[in-house]
Amino acid sequence: MKYTIKKDPHEDERVQEIIEISGQNIFSCYQCGRCSSGCPMAEFMDILPNQVFMYLQEGDVDTLLKAKTPWICAACFTCTVRCPVGLDLAAVMEAIRELQLRKNYDFVDPYKVEERDILPPIALVSNFRKFTP
Amino acid sequence: MPLKKIMFYPGCTLKGVAKNLEDSTLATARELGYEFVELPNWTCCGAVYGLAQDSVKFTIANVRNLIRAQEYAEEIGDNRLVAVCSMCYNNLRRAHLDVMRNRDKLKTLNIFMDEEPDYKGEIKVQHYLTFLKEYGFDEIAERVKKPLKGLKVAPYYGCLLLRPEEVAIDDREDPNILENLLETLGAEVVDYPLKNECCGSYHTVDKREFVAERTYKLVSVAKEVDADVIATSCPLCFFNLDRRQEIAAAKHHGFEKMPIVYFTQLMALAFGINDNNVLHFEQHYISPKEVLAPWL
Repeated sequence: MKYTIKKDPHEDERVQEIIEISGQNIFSCYQCGRCSSGCPMAEFMDILPNQVFMYLQEGDVDTLLKAKTPWICAACFTCTVRCPVGLDLAAVMEAIRELQLRKNYDFVDPYKVEERDILPPIALVSNFRKFTP
Repeated sequence: MPLKKIMFYPGCTLKGVAKNLEDSTLATARELGYEFVELPNWTCCGAVYGLAQDSVKFTIANVRNLIRAQEYAEEIGDNRLVAVCSMCYNNLRRAHLDVMRNRDKLKTLNIFMDEEPDYKGEIKVQHYLTFLKEYGFDEIAERVKKPLKGLKVAPYYGCLLLRPEEVAIDDREDPNILENLLETLGAEVVDYPLKNECCGSYHTVDKREFVAERTYKLVSVAKEVDADVIATSCPLCFFNLDRRQEIAAAKHHGFEKMPIVYFTQLMALAFGINDNNVLHFEQHYISPKEVLAPWL
Protein backbone atom coordinates (compact mmCIF):
# COMPACT_ATOMS: atom_id res chain seq x y z
CA MET A 1 0.00 0.00 0.00
CA LYS A 2 1.00 3.59 -0.57
CA TYR A 3 1.61 6.18 2.06
CA THR A 4 3.47 9.43 2.38
CA ILE A 5 5.71 10.38 5.26
CA LYS A 6 4.41 13.65 6.64
CA LYS A 7 6.01 16.07 9.06
CA ASP A 8 7.07 14.90 12.52
CA PRO A 9 3.87 13.43 14.03
CA HIS A 10 5.00 14.53 17.49
CA GLU A 11 4.41 18.07 16.31
CA ASP A 12 1.16 17.35 14.54
CA GLU A 13 -1.71 18.93 16.44
CA ARG A 14 -4.30 16.37 15.43
CA VAL A 15 -2.08 13.42 16.33
CA GLN A 16 -1.56 15.04 19.72
CA GLU A 17 -5.31 15.48 20.07
CA ILE A 18 -5.88 11.79 19.31
CA ILE A 19 -3.25 10.86 21.91
CA GLU A 20 -4.88 13.16 24.43
CA ILE A 21 -8.45 12.02 23.87
CA SER A 22 -7.57 8.33 23.82
CA GLY A 23 -4.89 8.46 26.50
CA GLN A 24 -2.84 5.99 24.46
CA ASN A 25 0.78 6.22 23.38
CA ILE A 26 0.26 5.44 19.70
CA PHE A 27 4.04 5.29 19.13
CA SER A 28 4.37 2.07 21.13
CA CYS A 29 2.66 0.01 18.40
CA TYR A 30 5.20 -2.20 16.62
CA GLN A 31 2.90 -3.64 13.93
CA CYS A 32 2.54 -7.21 15.16
CA GLY A 33 -0.91 -7.34 13.55
CA ARG A 34 -2.63 -9.25 16.31
CA CYS A 35 -5.42 -6.66 16.43
CA SER A 36 -6.25 -7.06 12.75
CA SER A 37 -6.02 -10.84 12.78
CA GLY A 38 -8.64 -11.18 15.50
CA CYS A 39 -10.89 -8.28 14.52
CA PRO A 40 -14.45 -9.50 13.84
CA MET A 41 -15.20 -6.42 11.74
CA ALA A 42 -11.91 -6.40 9.76
CA GLU A 43 -13.54 -7.86 6.65
CA PHE A 44 -15.65 -4.69 6.32
CA MET A 45 -12.81 -2.22 6.95
CA ASP A 46 -10.89 -0.23 4.34
CA ILE A 47 -7.86 0.26 6.61
CA LEU A 48 -6.91 -2.49 9.06
CA PRO A 49 -6.51 -1.62 12.76
CA ASN A 50 -2.73 -2.07 12.70
CA GLN A 51 -2.54 0.17 9.63
CA VAL A 52 -4.40 2.87 11.54
CA PHE A 53 -1.42 3.00 13.88
CA MET A 54 1.00 3.16 11.00
CA TYR A 55 -0.84 6.16 9.57
CA LEU A 56 -0.85 7.80 12.98
CA GLN A 57 2.88 7.22 13.41
CA GLU A 58 3.42 8.80 10.01
CA GLY A 59 1.24 11.73 10.98
CA ASP A 60 -1.22 11.05 8.17
CA VAL A 61 -4.43 11.99 9.97
CA ASP A 62 -6.18 13.09 6.76
CA THR A 63 -6.36 9.51 5.49
CA LEU A 64 -7.80 8.35 8.80
CA LEU A 65 -10.46 11.05 8.82
CA LYS A 66 -11.57 9.90 5.36
CA ALA A 67 -11.45 6.20 6.25
CA LYS A 68 -14.44 4.02 7.06
CA THR A 69 -12.58 1.97 9.65
CA PRO A 70 -13.21 4.10 12.78
CA TRP A 71 -16.93 4.01 11.98
CA ILE A 72 -16.91 0.23 11.51
CA CYS A 73 -15.11 -0.62 14.76
CA ALA A 74 -17.83 -1.95 17.09
CA ALA A 75 -15.78 -1.29 20.27
CA CYS A 76 -15.85 -5.00 21.13
CA PHE A 77 -12.40 -4.71 22.80
CA THR A 78 -11.07 -7.95 21.28
CA CYS A 79 -7.94 -6.11 20.12
CA THR A 80 -7.69 -4.13 23.35
CA VAL A 81 -7.40 -7.24 25.50
CA ARG A 82 -4.98 -8.91 23.07
CA CYS A 83 -2.57 -6.06 22.33
CA PRO A 84 0.88 -7.13 23.56
CA VAL A 85 1.84 -3.55 24.47
CA GLY A 86 -1.48 -2.90 26.14
CA LEU A 87 -2.82 -0.28 23.75
CA ASP A 88 -6.54 0.39 24.02
CA LEU A 89 -7.34 0.39 20.30
CA ALA A 90 -11.03 0.96 20.86
CA ALA A 91 -10.19 4.24 22.61
CA VAL A 92 -8.00 5.31 19.66
CA MET A 93 -10.83 4.56 17.22
CA GLU A 94 -13.14 6.56 19.47
CA ALA A 95 -10.66 9.45 19.49
CA ILE A 96 -10.61 9.50 15.66
CA ARG A 97 -14.41 9.58 15.66
CA GLU A 98 -14.47 12.23 18.39
CA LEU A 99 -12.19 14.45 16.30
CA GLN A 100 -15.04 14.68 13.79
CA LEU A 101 -18.02 14.42 16.15
CA ARG A 102 -16.73 17.34 18.21
CA LYS A 103 -17.10 19.48 15.11
CA ASN A 104 -20.81 18.68 15.19
CA TYR A 105 -20.64 15.96 12.56
CA ASP A 106 -23.50 13.44 12.40
CA PHE A 107 -22.44 10.06 11.05
CA VAL A 108 -25.95 8.70 11.54
CA ASP A 109 -29.09 10.76 11.10
CA PRO A 110 -31.50 9.67 13.85
CA TYR A 111 -34.46 10.78 11.74
CA LYS A 112 -33.59 8.35 8.98
CA VAL A 113 -33.34 5.24 11.13
CA GLU A 114 -35.60 2.41 9.97
CA GLU A 115 -37.17 -0.38 12.04
CA ARG A 116 -37.61 1.88 15.05
CA ASP A 117 -40.48 -0.23 16.33
CA ILE A 118 -38.45 -3.43 16.61
CA LEU A 119 -34.93 -2.22 17.45
CA PRO A 120 -34.02 -2.64 21.12
CA PRO A 121 -33.47 0.69 22.95
CA ILE A 122 -29.84 -0.25 23.72
CA ALA A 123 -29.15 -0.51 19.97
CA LEU A 124 -30.44 3.01 19.35
CA VAL A 125 -28.84 4.57 22.42
CA SER A 126 -25.43 3.03 21.76
CA ASN A 127 -25.55 3.83 18.06
CA PHE A 128 -26.39 7.49 18.62
CA ARG A 129 -23.82 7.77 21.38
CA LYS A 130 -21.08 6.53 19.07
CA PHE A 131 -22.20 8.19 15.85
CA THR A 132 -23.69 11.56 16.79
CA PRO A 133 -22.08 14.44 18.73
CA MET B 1 -39.21 -18.97 54.13
CA PRO B 2 -39.41 -15.27 53.20
CA LEU B 3 -37.57 -14.28 50.06
CA LYS B 4 -34.32 -12.37 50.49
CA LYS B 5 -34.33 -8.99 48.78
CA ILE B 6 -31.64 -8.15 46.23
CA MET B 7 -31.39 -4.96 44.18
CA PHE B 8 -32.01 -5.51 40.51
CA TYR B 9 -31.19 -3.14 37.66
CA PRO B 10 -33.37 -4.10 34.69
CA GLY B 11 -32.40 -1.50 32.09
CA CYS B 12 -34.62 -0.13 29.34
CA THR B 13 -34.51 -3.05 26.92
CA LEU B 14 -35.81 -5.52 29.48
CA LYS B 15 -38.90 -3.36 29.85
CA GLY B 16 -39.76 -3.70 26.18
CA VAL B 17 -38.38 -6.09 23.60
CA ALA B 18 -36.61 -8.28 26.16
CA LYS B 19 -39.50 -8.96 28.53
CA ASN B 20 -38.55 -12.63 28.18
CA LEU B 21 -35.18 -11.91 29.77
CA GLU B 22 -36.59 -9.88 32.65
CA ASP B 23 -39.41 -12.22 33.60
CA SER B 24 -37.31 -15.37 33.35
CA THR B 25 -34.61 -13.74 35.51
CA LEU B 26 -37.10 -12.73 38.20
CA ALA B 27 -38.80 -16.14 38.13
CA THR B 28 -35.55 -18.12 38.41
CA ALA B 29 -34.26 -15.90 41.21
CA ARG B 30 -37.52 -16.43 43.09
CA GLU B 31 -37.03 -20.17 42.72
CA LEU B 32 -33.65 -19.80 44.46
CA GLY B 33 -35.16 -17.83 47.33
CA TYR B 34 -34.46 -14.27 46.18
CA GLU B 35 -36.77 -11.44 45.40
CA PHE B 36 -35.15 -9.20 42.82
CA VAL B 37 -36.44 -5.74 43.66
CA GLU B 38 -36.21 -3.16 40.91
CA LEU B 39 -33.87 -0.32 41.83
CA PRO B 40 -36.14 2.67 42.63
CA ASN B 41 -35.95 5.54 40.13
CA TRP B 42 -33.29 3.96 37.94
CA THR B 43 -32.27 5.72 34.75
CA CYS B 44 -30.75 4.53 31.45
CA CYS B 45 -27.16 3.30 31.73
CA GLY B 46 -26.16 4.81 28.37
CA ALA B 47 -25.49 1.41 26.73
CA VAL B 48 -21.85 2.12 25.76
CA TYR B 49 -19.17 3.51 28.02
CA GLY B 50 -17.25 6.63 27.00
CA LEU B 51 -13.72 5.79 25.95
CA ALA B 52 -12.43 9.36 25.69
CA GLN B 53 -10.23 10.45 28.58
CA ASP B 54 -12.16 13.67 29.08
CA SER B 55 -15.58 12.06 28.85
CA VAL B 56 -17.76 12.58 31.92
CA LYS B 57 -21.16 12.61 30.27
CA PHE B 58 -21.14 8.82 29.88
CA THR B 59 -20.51 8.38 33.60
CA ILE B 60 -23.13 10.70 35.10
CA ALA B 61 -26.20 8.51 34.62
CA ASN B 62 -24.37 5.43 35.89
CA VAL B 63 -23.10 7.15 39.03
CA ARG B 64 -26.61 8.48 39.61
CA ASN B 65 -27.86 4.89 39.47
CA LEU B 66 -25.13 3.83 41.88
CA ILE B 67 -26.20 6.59 44.29
CA ARG B 68 -29.79 5.32 44.13
CA ALA B 69 -28.46 1.84 44.84
CA GLN B 70 -26.40 3.14 47.75
CA GLU B 71 -29.53 4.64 49.33
CA TYR B 72 -31.53 1.49 48.81
CA ALA B 73 -28.71 -0.82 49.96
CA GLU B 74 -29.00 0.61 53.47
CA GLU B 75 -32.70 -0.15 53.49
CA ILE B 76 -32.40 -3.80 52.49
CA GLY B 77 -28.99 -4.49 53.99
CA ASP B 78 -27.26 -5.86 50.89
CA ASN B 79 -24.92 -3.86 48.69
CA ARG B 80 -25.15 -6.10 45.66
CA LEU B 81 -26.71 -4.61 42.53
CA VAL B 82 -27.53 -7.33 40.02
CA ALA B 83 -27.91 -6.64 36.30
CA VAL B 84 -28.62 -9.26 33.68
CA CYS B 85 -28.26 -7.21 30.50
CA SER B 86 -24.60 -7.36 29.48
CA MET B 87 -24.51 -3.71 28.46
CA CYS B 88 -26.03 -2.48 31.74
CA TYR B 89 -23.66 -4.65 33.73
CA ASN B 90 -20.65 -3.44 31.77
CA ASN B 91 -21.58 0.23 32.10
CA LEU B 92 -22.44 0.25 35.79
CA ARG B 93 -19.34 -1.73 36.68
CA ARG B 94 -17.05 0.40 34.54
CA ALA B 95 -18.50 3.60 35.99
CA HIS B 96 -17.91 2.29 39.49
CA LEU B 97 -14.29 1.33 38.74
CA ASP B 98 -13.68 4.54 36.81
CA VAL B 99 -14.73 6.88 39.62
CA MET B 100 -12.94 4.78 42.22
CA ARG B 101 -9.73 5.16 40.25
CA ASN B 102 -10.20 8.78 39.25
CA ARG B 103 -11.26 10.56 42.41
CA ASP B 104 -11.19 13.91 40.58
CA LYS B 105 -13.87 12.67 38.26
CA LEU B 106 -15.94 11.45 41.21
CA LYS B 107 -15.57 14.84 42.87
CA THR B 108 -16.69 16.62 39.68
CA LEU B 109 -19.72 14.35 39.41
CA ASN B 110 -20.64 14.69 43.07
CA ILE B 111 -20.51 18.47 42.74
CA PHE B 112 -22.48 18.35 39.50
CA MET B 113 -25.19 16.27 41.20
CA ASP B 114 -25.33 18.39 44.32
CA GLU B 115 -28.99 17.48 44.85
CA GLU B 116 -27.92 13.86 45.44
CA PRO B 117 -25.83 12.42 48.27
CA ASP B 118 -22.18 11.71 47.35
CA TYR B 119 -21.29 8.32 45.95
CA LYS B 120 -19.16 6.44 48.46
CA GLY B 121 -18.17 3.54 46.23
CA GLU B 122 -19.68 0.72 48.25
CA ILE B 123 -21.94 -0.82 45.63
CA LYS B 124 -21.00 -4.22 44.26
CA VAL B 125 -22.26 -4.43 40.69
CA GLN B 126 -22.76 -8.05 39.67
CA HIS B 127 -23.94 -9.86 36.61
CA TYR B 128 -26.64 -12.47 37.24
CA LEU B 129 -24.21 -15.23 36.18
CA THR B 130 -21.71 -14.18 38.85
CA PHE B 131 -24.55 -14.00 41.35
CA LEU B 132 -25.52 -17.58 40.45
CA LYS B 133 -21.93 -18.77 40.70
CA GLU B 134 -21.68 -17.28 44.18
CA TYR B 135 -24.96 -18.91 45.07
CA GLY B 136 -23.43 -22.22 44.00
CA PHE B 137 -24.05 -24.40 40.97
CA ASP B 138 -24.43 -27.48 43.18
CA GLU B 139 -27.30 -25.80 45.02
CA ILE B 140 -28.85 -24.82 41.69
CA ALA B 141 -28.61 -28.47 40.57
CA GLU B 142 -30.83 -29.44 43.49
CA ARG B 143 -33.60 -27.19 42.16
CA VAL B 144 -33.61 -28.71 38.70
CA LYS B 145 -36.88 -30.54 38.15
CA LYS B 146 -36.77 -31.15 34.43
CA PRO B 147 -33.13 -31.57 33.34
CA LEU B 148 -32.47 -30.32 29.81
CA LYS B 149 -31.18 -33.76 28.84
CA GLY B 150 -30.30 -34.05 25.19
CA LEU B 151 -30.55 -30.33 24.42
CA LYS B 152 -27.38 -29.22 22.68
CA VAL B 153 -26.62 -25.63 23.64
CA ALA B 154 -23.97 -23.29 22.22
CA PRO B 155 -23.02 -20.81 24.98
CA TYR B 156 -22.56 -17.30 23.64
CA TYR B 157 -21.00 -14.60 25.83
CA GLY B 158 -20.53 -11.80 23.32
CA CYS B 159 -18.20 -8.94 24.23
CA LEU B 160 -19.36 -7.03 27.22
CA LEU B 161 -19.35 -9.82 29.80
CA LEU B 162 -15.68 -10.51 29.12
CA ARG B 163 -14.14 -7.27 27.95
CA PRO B 164 -12.45 -5.04 28.89
CA GLU B 165 -10.51 -7.15 31.33
CA GLU B 166 -11.36 -5.10 34.45
CA VAL B 167 -15.05 -6.04 34.22
CA ALA B 168 -14.69 -9.61 32.89
CA ILE B 169 -16.89 -12.11 34.72
CA ASP B 170 -14.59 -14.96 33.67
CA ASP B 171 -11.49 -15.75 31.61
CA ARG B 172 -11.71 -13.47 28.58
CA GLU B 173 -10.50 -15.99 25.99
CA ASP B 174 -11.79 -19.24 27.42
CA PRO B 175 -14.70 -18.55 29.78
CA ASN B 176 -16.69 -21.43 31.25
CA ILE B 177 -19.17 -19.92 33.72
CA LEU B 178 -22.10 -20.19 31.29
CA GLU B 179 -21.06 -23.73 30.31
CA ASN B 180 -20.98 -24.75 33.97
CA LEU B 181 -24.44 -23.34 34.55
CA LEU B 182 -25.89 -25.02 31.46
CA GLU B 183 -24.33 -28.34 32.45
CA THR B 184 -25.85 -27.92 35.90
CA LEU B 185 -29.22 -27.62 34.19
CA GLY B 186 -28.57 -30.94 32.48
CA ALA B 187 -27.97 -29.56 28.99
CA GLU B 188 -25.30 -30.86 26.65
CA VAL B 189 -22.90 -27.97 26.06
CA VAL B 190 -21.17 -27.97 22.69
CA ASP B 191 -17.68 -26.57 22.20
CA TYR B 192 -18.49 -23.30 20.47
CA PRO B 193 -15.35 -21.56 19.22
CA LEU B 194 -17.02 -18.21 18.52
CA LYS B 195 -18.49 -17.84 22.01
CA ASN B 196 -16.68 -14.58 22.74
CA GLU B 197 -16.82 -13.00 19.28
CA CYS B 198 -18.67 -9.77 18.57
CA CYS B 199 -22.11 -9.89 16.93
CA GLY B 200 -21.76 -6.45 15.34
CA SER B 201 -23.52 -4.69 18.19
CA TYR B 202 -25.02 -1.25 17.49
CA HIS B 203 -24.19 -1.41 13.78
CA THR B 204 -27.51 -3.19 13.52
CA VAL B 205 -29.12 0.27 13.32
CA ASP B 206 -27.33 1.67 10.28
CA LYS B 207 -25.29 -1.21 8.79
CA ARG B 208 -27.52 -4.19 9.22
CA GLU B 209 -25.94 -6.12 6.35
CA PHE B 210 -22.63 -6.26 8.29
CA VAL B 211 -24.46 -7.59 11.33
CA ALA B 212 -26.25 -10.12 9.13
CA GLU B 213 -22.84 -11.35 7.94
CA ARG B 214 -21.69 -11.74 11.55
CA THR B 215 -24.94 -13.54 12.37
CA TYR B 216 -24.46 -15.83 9.39
CA LYS B 217 -21.02 -16.79 10.64
CA LEU B 218 -22.00 -17.18 14.29
CA VAL B 219 -25.09 -19.25 13.55
CA SER B 220 -23.56 -21.46 10.87
CA VAL B 221 -20.58 -22.30 13.09
CA ALA B 222 -23.02 -23.17 15.91
CA LYS B 223 -24.79 -25.42 13.42
CA GLU B 224 -21.49 -27.02 12.42
CA VAL B 225 -20.72 -27.92 16.03
CA ASP B 226 -24.17 -29.48 16.16
CA ALA B 227 -25.97 -27.07 18.49
CA ASP B 228 -29.78 -26.89 18.73
CA VAL B 229 -29.91 -23.42 20.25
CA ILE B 230 -27.59 -20.55 21.13
CA ALA B 231 -27.88 -19.26 24.71
CA THR B 232 -26.96 -15.66 25.47
CA SER B 233 -27.44 -12.99 28.13
CA CYS B 234 -27.27 -9.79 26.09
CA PRO B 235 -30.49 -8.38 24.60
CA LEU B 236 -28.56 -6.77 21.74
CA CYS B 237 -26.75 -10.01 20.85
CA PHE B 238 -30.13 -11.71 21.07
CA PHE B 239 -31.75 -9.24 18.71
CA ASN B 240 -28.88 -9.39 16.21
CA LEU B 241 -28.56 -13.17 16.20
CA ASP B 242 -32.32 -13.71 16.13
CA ARG B 243 -33.67 -11.05 13.81
CA ARG B 244 -30.72 -10.69 11.42
CA GLN B 245 -31.03 -14.33 10.41
CA GLU B 246 -33.74 -13.06 8.08
CA ILE B 247 -31.22 -11.10 5.97
CA ALA B 248 -28.60 -13.84 6.35
CA ALA B 249 -31.03 -16.43 5.00
CA ALA B 250 -31.96 -14.23 2.04
CA LYS B 251 -28.30 -13.73 1.17
CA HIS B 252 -26.81 -17.16 1.76
CA HIS B 253 -28.24 -20.14 0.00
CA GLY B 254 -28.70 -23.15 2.25
CA PHE B 255 -28.48 -21.17 5.48
CA GLU B 256 -30.37 -22.97 8.23
CA LYS B 257 -32.01 -20.83 10.88
CA MET B 258 -31.45 -21.54 14.54
CA PRO B 259 -33.45 -20.34 17.56
CA ILE B 260 -31.73 -18.05 20.07
CA VAL B 261 -32.65 -18.13 23.77
CA TYR B 262 -31.62 -16.41 26.98
CA PHE B 263 -29.83 -18.63 29.49
CA THR B 264 -32.47 -17.57 32.02
CA GLN B 265 -35.21 -19.06 29.86
CA LEU B 266 -33.39 -22.40 29.83
CA MET B 267 -33.00 -22.12 33.58
CA ALA B 268 -36.72 -21.47 34.00
CA LEU B 269 -37.54 -24.53 31.88
CA ALA B 270 -35.17 -26.71 33.88
CA PHE B 271 -36.82 -25.45 37.08
CA GLY B 272 -40.14 -26.59 35.69
CA ILE B 273 -41.49 -23.09 35.03
CA ASN B 274 -43.46 -23.56 31.86
CA ASP B 275 -45.46 -20.38 31.65
CA ASN B 276 -45.50 -18.16 28.62
CA ASN B 277 -45.97 -15.14 30.89
CA VAL B 278 -42.41 -15.84 32.00
CA LEU B 279 -40.90 -17.23 28.80
CA HIS B 280 -42.56 -14.87 26.28
CA PHE B 281 -41.74 -16.96 23.22
CA GLU B 282 -43.79 -14.54 21.11
CA GLN B 283 -40.84 -12.12 21.37
CA HIS B 284 -38.59 -14.46 19.40
CA TYR B 285 -38.33 -14.00 15.66
CA ILE B 286 -37.31 -17.63 15.29
CA SER B 287 -39.46 -19.62 17.64
CA PRO B 288 -37.60 -22.03 19.93
CA LYS B 289 -40.82 -23.91 20.71
CA GLU B 290 -40.06 -26.85 18.45
CA VAL B 291 -36.56 -27.41 19.81
CA LEU B 292 -37.71 -26.97 23.40
CA ALA B 293 -40.89 -29.04 22.96
CA PRO B 294 -39.80 -31.85 25.36
CA TRP B 295 -39.74 -29.34 28.25
CA LEU B 296 -42.90 -27.43 27.39
